[in-house]
Amino acid sequence: MKDQIYLSDVVTLQLDNEKCNGCGMCVKVCPHEVFELSGRKSHIIRRDYCMECGACAMNCTEGAISVESGVGCAAGIINGILNNTEPSCDCGGSKANCC
Amino acid sequence: MKSYQTGTIAVADYTIPVVSDKLGLGDFIGAVMVRFGINRGNYKVDPGLYSTGSPDITSDVFVTGNYKLSFDHLRKNLKGLNSWILVLDTKGVNVWCAAGKKTFGTSELVRSINEADLRSIVSHRKLILPQLGATGVAAHKVKEASGFNVHYGPVRAADIKEYIGDGYRASREMRMVKFGFYDRLKLIPNDFIQGKIYLLISIAVAFIIAGINLKGGRFDFELKSSIHGMVNVLLGYSAGVILTPALLPYLPFRMFSLKGLFAGLVVSTGLFFTQLTGLNLINKIGWFLVILSISSFMAMNFTGSSTYTSLSGVKREMKISIPLQIALASIGIILLIISWF
Repeated sequence: MKDQIYLSDVVTLQLDNEKCNGCGMCVKVCPHEVFELSGRKSHIIRRDYCMECGACAMNCTEGAISVESGVGCAAGIINGILNNTEPSCDCGGSKANCC
Repeated sequence: MKSYQTGTIAVADYTIPVVSDKLGLGDFIGAVMVRFGINRGNYKVDPGLYSTGSPDITSDVFVTGNYKLSFDHLRKNLKGLNSWILVLDTKGVNVWCAAGKKTFGTSELVRSINEADLRSIVSHRKLILPQLGATGVAAHKVKEASGFNVHYGPVRAADIKEYIGDGYRASREMRMVKFGFYDRLKLIPNDFIQGKIYLLISIAVAFIIAGINLKGGRFDFELKSSIHGMVNVLLGYSAGVILTPALLPYLPFRMFSLKGLFAGLVVSTGLFFTQLTGLNLINKIGWFLVILSISSFMAMNFTGSSTYTSLSGVKREMKISIPLQIALASIGIILLIISWF
């Protein structure tokens, strides 16, 4: 899995250990094994593998996880700057510049 | 009736289409076409409820988006099973991207459940979602709004049968996203074509400026030189769009723009041994820098097609790389202009 690591020390992922109820949803939905359950709580064990997809925060019933998710895409950011909006790939229209 | 439909099934006052769990030639051709960027914005199926085999009130419900490639991929992997397929309106976009935009999302899922009157179709309250849908779906909110329990199945539809066989449990492997050689290779044709505007402009510019020769105060246009220029641009583009994705984990650095820079370097070195590098030394260096900037920029755009770049990471990369790419291109172009004289 080492080849799927991007930049170090950059993601906005936060886990509030106090609020965590150990349900394990974050472990289940994370596509890059960022979390691990131990001692009935979730822990971030591979922070630099996080891609900020937001699945964990989305499925945490206790609001223990926060992350600024969005398109991790250079073209999307450029698109956002040019159109003065949030980063957006502009998918789903007939233009279809989806990748 | 669509080509993938084999009939209908009547259930609870409704007539639900039955679809084939085998892909045909038309499906294959359609898939190849979208991989080459053809008809990509319109490769859809109608949202709603479908079935495979002959399901009943106890059969599993699988959820997907209305991008036909996703739909085909799912039904192919339900071969031999009797199941329901709930297709959400993701505007023809695949599950993971749509989840990011929340079109494969909580409210669309709940709307879809209500629209299909799913509560009358099945006696259980279980939905099986692709794991990557989790980016857009809050399982607990779906339960609250519809009474249905969201089960996140494996990342890949190909693992569905094993998932079911293991008692609806996904292994660690099934929950991890891979980005292997073939995964990356499949993305290249579409990315090559999506960037065609950048490519065509660059080639047109190269055609013009490479051919210009102002030596001795005369305006001259050399076709051979012009073609060399176009080849340089095409190679820079290919280094970023083909070579970088293909060799991604083997290229040095973590930033895609720097991997692209390296790929551009490799291609330029190869070019050096041919007759195609330019008129004179300044011209050669100018083209070299232009190749590097194109390659770096196109490689940086591959972040959008990758499975592991974060928004925060890409922002950091762009802050560093865009000024670098602009500098390389500017110095390169200045040197090219100087070399005309």
